[in-house]
Amino acid sequence: MSLQPIKFYQTGTFTVGNRLLDESQRTVQANMRRTNSLNSGHRACQGCGEALGARYAIDAAMQAAGNRLIAANATGCLEVFSTPYPETSWQIPWMHSLFGNAASVATGIAAALKVKGRQDVRVIAQGGDGGTTDIGFACLSGMFERNDDVLYICYDNEAYMNTGVQRSSATPPAARTATTPAAGAHPGNIFGTGKNVPLIAMAHRIPYVATASVANLHDLEAKVKKAMAIHGARYIHIHVPCPLGWGSHPSDTLKVARFAVESGLFPLFEAEHGEITASQPLRKKAPVEAYLKLQKRFAHLFGEKPDRDTIAMIQAIADRNIEKFGLDSPP
Amino acid sequence: MLQQLEGSRAIAQGIALCKPEVVCAYPITPQTHIVEALAEMVRTGELANCEFINVESEFAALSVAIGASAAGARSYTATASQGLLYMCEAVYNAAGLGLPIVMTIGNRAIGAPINIWNDHSDSMAMRDAGWIQLYAETNQEALDLHIQAFKLAEALSCPVMVCVDGFILTHAYERIEIPDKRDVDAFLPPYDPVQVLDCNDPVSIGAMVGPEAFAEVKYLQHRKQLRALELIPEIASAFSARFKRDSGGLVKPYRLEDAETIVVALGSMNGTIKDVIDEMRNEGHAMGSLAIVSFRPFPLDEVRAALVDAKRIVILEKSLSVGLGGPLSDGVRKSLSGTGIKGHTVIAGLGGRAITRKSLMDLFVKAEKDELELLNFLDLDLDIVNGQLEREKETRRSGPVAENVLKSIGTVASRIA
Amino acid sequence: MKKPFAITLDPGSSLANHTGSWRTERPVYVDRLPPCNCACPAGEDIQGWLYHAEGGDYRRAWEALMKNNPFPAIMGRVCYHPCEAACNRGKLDEAVGIHAVERFLGDLAIREGWLPGKIAEPGAKRILVVGSGPSGLSCAYHLCLMGHRVIVMDSAKAAGGMMRYGIPKYRLPRDVLDAEISRIERMGVELRLNSKIDDLMAAMAGFDAAFLAVGAHLARRTDIPAGDASRILDAVSLLHDLEDGSPPMLGRRVVVYGGGNTALDVARTAKRLGALESLIVYRRTKEQMPAHESELNEALEEGILFKWLSTVKAMAGGSVTVEKMTLDETGFPKPTGEFEKIEADSLVLALGQESELDLLRNVPDLEIEKGTVKVNRSMMTSHPGIFAGGDMVPSDRTVTSAVGHGKKAAKNISAWLRNETCIAPEKHEIAGFDKMNTWYYSDAPRTIQPELDIARRGSTFDEVVKGLTGENALFEARRCLSCGNCFECDNCYGVCPDNAVIKLGPGLRFAFDYDYCKGCGLCASECPCGAIKMIPESI
Repeated sequence: MSLQPIKFYQTGTFTVGNRLLDESQRTVQANMRRTNSLNSGHRACQGCGEALGARYAIDAAMQAAGNRLIAANATGCLEVFSTPYPETSWQIPWMHSLFGNAASVATGIAAALKVKGRQDVRVIAQGGDGGTTDIGFACLSGMFERNDDVLYICYDNEAYMNTGVQRSSATPPAARTATTPAAGAHPGNIFGTGKNVPLIAMAHRIPYVATASVANLHDLEAKVKKAMAIHGARYIHIHVPCPLGWGSHPSDTLKVARFAVESGLFPLFEAEHGEITASQPLRKKAPVEAYLKLQKRFAHLFGEKPDRDTIAMIQAIADRNIEKFGLDSPP
Repeated sequence: MLQQLEGSRAIAQGIALCKPEVVCAYPITPQTHIVEALAEMVRTGELANCEFINVESEFAALSVAIGASAAGARSYTATASQGLLYMCEAVYNAAGLGLPIVMTIGNRAIGAPINIWNDHSDSMAMRDAGWIQLYAETNQEALDLHIQAFKLAEALSCPVMVCVDGFILTHAYERIEIPDKRDVDAFLPPYDPVQVLDCNDPVSIGAMVGPEAFAEVKYLQHRKQLRALELIPEIASAFSARFKRDSGGLVKPYRLEDAETIVVALGSMNGTIKDVIDEMRNEGHAMGSLAIVSFRPFPLDEVRAALVDAKRIVILEKSLSVGLGGPLSDGVRKSLSGTGIKGHTVIAGLGGRAITRKSLMDLFVKAEKDELELLNFLDLDLDIVNGQLEREKETRRSGPVAENVLKSIGTVASRIA
Repeated sequence: MKKPFAITLDPGSSLANHTGSWRTERPVYVDRLPPCNCACPAGEDIQGWLYHAEGGDYRRAWEALMKNNPFPAIMGRVCYHPCEAACNRGKLDEAVGIHAVERFLGDLAIREGWLPGKIAEPGAKRILVVGSGPSGLSCAYHLCLMGHRVIVMDSAKAAGGMMRYGIPKYRLPRDVLDAEISRIERMGVELRLNSKIDDLMAAMAGFDAAFLAVGAHLARRTDIPAGDASRILDAVSLLHDLEDGSPPMLGRRVVVYGGGNTALDVARTAKRLGALESLIVYRRTKEQMPAHESELNEALEEGILFKWLSTVKAMAGGSVTVEKMTLDETGFPKPTGEFEKIEADSLVLALGQESELDLLRNVPDLEIEKGTVKVNRSMMTSHPGIFAGGDMVPSDRTVTSAVGHGKKAAKNISAWLRNETCIAPEKHEIAGFDKMNTWYYSDAPRTIQPELDIARRGSTFDEVVKGLTGENALFEARRCLSCGNCFECDNCYGVCPDNAVIKLGPGLRFAFDYDYCKGCGLCASECPCGAIKMIPESI
């Protein structure tokens, strides 16, 4: 079909719902009967991107799995704010064991389900970037290489937030954290460090790897749905801003996430069996400043004498992503 | 059925009879033969309905078992030494969550210096983790204890370690009675979990608990172990009734009648101790021994009752609580508090050093003469120790201790350089 | 299940933790005033009726439109749509073609013979409306809806006032005009044509109130020396005569003097009547011309000529003498003393209109100022019970304003008859562009295209919507941003990290669950249309 030249606001937009579409074609989040897998009353900060991302992902997974889902959760914000005794916010069977073993616990759950002939029940492991890219990395890699039937979801807020904003291997360059203070000749996190777990996941040649953002619900849900249709090890890395740790306004959580995507700093892509199969082109390409300026963790780059060189280095990272993942909008 | 078998293979057969549903394996000497045997049984179908998972570390091994157990599967793993320490966090976690995992420890020393031989340093490091710890004296008992361990673990919803002396038991070939499958099935019903991850009845397992309830949770763990003090003898006698042999229980007294000197120990060295006692009894010495099977929970009352008429107690330990003495002694002394009975701790067999009958005989004779200190080290070569201490006094950079010790012994390793 | 103490918990039990106590600000749903609605002189709820059109429910859209305006088909053609100038979408790409959708709905209603849904039972009150132009008929329509008996008198042969006698057919086909007027008649409004009222006070007998809407049909004249055979006409009469079937002889070259819409109408009419050359003379510049830009552009397209900065000084011997003007520093035109002759067979003066107010001479206490009748905020003249609107009161003299006057007057007449005062509700805060989150308004991305296709099919299978026109109208309606008014996009429901937004169901919008709302403000900042406001929490 030909591309519609007229602009519409209701159909084909990025809004959560659309009263004009058939209910089956709207997002899971638009549904009045969505699971709310992560219930109200949790103790996440105001405007928490992780709480939002978790509900988005798990609700979508619940729908895809016909509500037969078990989750293993790493220690971290998500675990702490959702299950402080005597209340839990989870409405699904959920388990927390340790910081670094969520992937292995999920492997165990999947093994138990397999041996009991309950492969209709699906297993998710989830954790923050610390629990995924750092302390849980060995277990994660083991789960990947064994191709265990687990979907691992990393909610990446780019530092150890639960312990008070310390650097993780997912912290971006120049970002101020409690352990990469904005002091000295090169304030903030050091350039040339950190690791890209989605790419490492791809190196395991597992069936499915994707990145997603809370700022793009349609894309996120489609990826979760796709992941749930596949058996074996799967990995989705979701970018979730942390107002507290990033020094952004709670009401700007999605705006910040959008700029991360639209600047090219957080590319959205999918890979199957180690090969990139799709990427989400930028809708409204933005300079990295638009993203950085919303966050106090980058405040040292601005002010009276902006640190042009450092900003240029960050822009170079974004440009490289745009090139590598083919994020420029089609002409 | 009697079979001539390596200890590890016998244990593996016992595990298989218990029908574990998930077995996680990571190699470490000396437990490796157990999981190797289980891997084969799973592949050949001899052990059906079992997921055998090769993991990337001991931490993952126990973590997989934690997940599997929480999802309602009977779960098993085995480890030793550094491996047990590497999974330490998960060891505490499994107990805290009340998951009835059974784990074999092929007891082995902990480095540095790296050493692959037997002592009890590994399981002793986990003594406060909340697991039940049972120590086997023989391979027959090792096999039997595993069957009892699953029953105990699942009755209490508490994980159980079965500690088996590395090499001395795991690699020893003995004649072993392999229980009948039907008897095991009758003795050990399928796992009925107290809590399970179930889509039809969702729960959150592993909540964060603050000061308002943490002490209660910990106390309940303690109560569970106190309950085990009742269950362990019950299970042992039920086992005995069905399998027609005694295995397990809390403690195993040996020739305590009129004994003035009683030797207390864990695990396989009780065999040697009993031989020495037999010999000394023949020579008129009033000697006896008490093997502790259940180190956690520690059977204070049973130990006290067994020892209360003695004049002195010798506690033989394959583990050194550096800076204090021996961990077993702590429990034994506590059980004797108020009796005035003297207790002598003897650290022996560290890192696989042989505990010979002669050394024991000399030790016990000394004990009878009340010539033992509170803390003693069996067969310690003081020349080597003093030589090293001298060197350290002379020069700050005196070189690596282990290397120096080996040099002074003049072993093969020192001649390589 | 016997759950282990403290470490194992019942699902969803955090509902016991009311996180609403964290809040320092609370979100509230608001209906902000869309700029289009704010700009509409007829007081249409444009966003409101577009909402129904978006869903393909054209009947409801039309009915919503008809609440404020009885002439969608006319208005969709002749209104200069200030709504579109105000439209927030204009800052995004291009304004929504509101008039096009309005016209579509109006035409559809005519084709389908729709009547407005609820007409109150006629009561005992009788109201006289003088003049059947847009404000008179609008007032009659609204009074009729409210259950009053209305008689409209007009001196003309046909109803419609300036809609008929001022606006040329090419802008407003007469079948459309007739259809929308006759609908009002069908509703029960009595039209008495050829009924000139000479004395209002006399005519008021038997009526409880009157609405005057006689328009401004007298041409404003200027003294132009004219020689023999000079043919000077006024625009109003020209257009009136044309309508009554007696087109004037204009000749081959026509000069029109004036810069308003009427000047353009006449110039374009002249072309249609056969003039080879139709020239507009205006004393100021193109930019200063009061005529609407679209009309100007259409005139330019049709080949109408313009002479800017010129005044007509005289006409004689087949030519018009003009004087060139120049703008002073304040932008006011000043004569230069330079003259020029332009060949012309006729000169049409389009210099504005005045009202014929002779019928009011016996009305006591009536205040008249600069040829227009003074009215208060209730559209009532200084004589109680006599209301007035349209071109005869101070206004911008557009059809749309006239329609707005009629509605406003009707409301006030109805209230006055009950000895009440009609208090207009306070206007909502305007949903300015800064209140919008325009990220969500976008090109339909290719990936969603199939879904879009389904939505389109679903809506256009409706029997009343046929052909390309219906489809285009639907698309155009869907370009509406719904500024300031919830359109149930589910964003607030989706983006709340605390599930503190309750979805009430189709058409019922949403509610906040203040037990759990932490006041983060994500809903407000992600609301595309600015329908959520954060207000400080009171303790």
